[in-house]
Amino acid sequence: MNTSQTDALLDVRNLKVEVTTKAGSFFPVNDHSFSVKSGETLGIVGESGSGKSMTAMSLMRLLPKHAAKIRGGSVKLDGRELLTLSEKEMRKVRGADISMILQDPQTSLNPAFTVGDQIKEALKLHAPGGRKTLRERTIDALRRVKVAAPEHRVNSYPGEMSGGMRQRVVGAIAISCRPKVIIADEPTTSLDVTVQAQYLRLLKELQDETGMAILFITHDFGIVANLCHRVIVMYAGRIVESGPVAKIFAKPAHPYTEALISAVPSLHGQKERLTTIPGQPPAPTDIVVGCPFAPRCQYADARCHSEAPPTVAADQSGDHTTSCWRAVEA
Amino acid sequence: MAEVQISAQRPRRSLWQRSRDFPILPLAVLLIVFIIPAFFAHWIALHDPYVPNLRARLQPPIFFGGTWEYPLGTDRLGRDIYSRIVHGAWYVLAVSFIGILVGVVVGTTLGLIAGYVRGWFDGFVMRLVDISLALPAMLLALALAAAMGASFLSVVIVVGFALWAYFARQVRAEVLLLRNADFVARSRVAGSSHFRILFRHILPNVTNTIVVLATLQVGIAIMLDASLSFLGIGIPRPTPTWGLLVSDGRDFIATDWWIAFFPGLAIMLTVLSVNMIGDWLRDTLDPRLRQV
Repeated sequence: MNTSQTDALLDVRNLKVEVTTKAGSFFPVNDHSFSVKSGETLGIVGESGSGKSMTAMSLMRLLPKHAAKIRGGSVKLDGRELLTLSEKEMRKVRGADISMILQDPQTSLNPAFTVGDQIKEALKLHAPGGRKTLRERTIDALRRVKVAAPEHRVNSYPGEMSGGMRQRVVGAIAISCRPKVIIADEPTTSLDVTVQAQYLRLLKELQDETGMAILFITHDFGIVANLCHRVIVMYAGRIVESGPVAKIFAKPAHPYTEALISAVPSLHGQKERLTTIPGQPPAPTDIVVGCPFAPRCQYADARCHSEAPPTVAADQSGDHTTSCWRAVEA
Repeated sequence: MAEVQISAQRPRRSLWQRSRDFPILPLAVLLIVFIIPAFFAHWIALHDPYVPNLRARLQPPIFFGGTWEYPLGTDRLGRDIYSRIVHGAWYVLAVSFIGILVGVVVGTTLGLIAGYVRGWFDGFVMRLVDISLALPAMLLALALAAAMGASFLSVVIVVGFALWAYFARQVRAEVLLLRNADFVARSRVAGSSHFRILFRHILPNVTNTIVVLATLQVGIAIMLDASLSFLGIGIPRPTPTWGLLVSDGRDFIATDWWIAFFPGLAIMLTVLSVNMIGDWLRDTLDPRLRQV
């Protein structure tokens, strides 16, 4: 782990986010540590409510102000601490250094403006220029995300485009200022499968072209296998396993990861009932003693229910970690 | 079997095609009764609206025994009703337009900010809205007339006061929806400030609503102005605002009915046409408002 820390582009250490609601307060992001290098894709996998989006929003420092607070840790981008920046400095980071692609292209474009205007807005905020150069760069951004006839498309309104096309525009906005890190929060969930595949290929190509790091948030292990280099698996606000994709698929160290992978339907092999994980994750406000996955875990013993497992290496190489008592024993 | 044709794409209706639904008759009435008189009163009036002519007192309109000299008859001082209506149009237009402008600016600004920042400011503005909607405009008009004297300014303030709450409430409601829209989040992610989001992203999405609401309020503003004048707390005499003209004819309604009738008819035709145009605009610009 120490070797990767030096060349990490985005380095997150012990990040903690507390959310306060009427029902009580809890930590949807509990002691997260991970890092991404340039040109690398890190998958963040977990089910709804496991804290994936919260993690993304806390990296952008865009948590809902009244309810959520960052309670500790550090987020370093290129060695620069983001958590202590002023709001004004942070605005310069957003869009220029870290950018984000949101889930739903239907609503993430403003219906009142042409897509060209909306790409231009991002450009103007971080790299102002004359009308003509801005227009050229806007068309160029559209061309990079492979929108056909970008000279005409700049004048279209979002309502005149298909979902896949709109998501490309959202992508064009996100990459327009050539950020170092892009956070993609389930960008393909609302697209149909063929468009999804095209979009993922596009992301990969853009990454090869620019060397940006991608944080890919998803609940789909199929996409992770396709796109990501490394993956972290989250459960109930904790990182339960992290490591290179190949290793995790070959030998998942945490029972939750194992269950998730076996729940991915396969095109090959026999048709059988898909496996499911029995039970439900704990409610965020529940007080969890021991391992949060223990009630649903087929291997759980008495210690799993009473003591929280530490994060340990899952093999000798040190780049694959998990927090499970079984790994401690092994 | 009946032949069914399915076109591949629903043809988009151009602005020109939609304009065929435009209410032409109301617009024509509005132009003739209100807009043209308001701007060209000096050219189309037949007599000076302020100068009495006691020899021509209480002339009936033409077709009721009158002459073309005084087509809509004269009042008890012998002033030409037609010329007075024509000259009054300008004041009616100015009061309703500026009054609505005040309402739009105040209401939209407060509604935008309240809906966006929420919290105590939102609560404060919404209570002001409740108070404003509960307080009769007439009461405020009376108070203002007593405090600063009835004038053009006091009438504009009353109209603005009576209308701002509707704009504030409507705009706030839409902002509440829009502030959580993903495009706002996306713009935040791209590095926009709150100010930029509010005025570059949210405001353009509520302009349709504002325009429609403003048009629908013109009728209310004109009625309010007429009521104030009728009660003697509007723009003071001798300015011939329409409400004042109706008020002038009140005592003669049984005998010399035309003094009150024609200004009243002008008010009715104007408000009716404005409302019909407003309805059309609402249906064209903002289908969501149809239920309102």
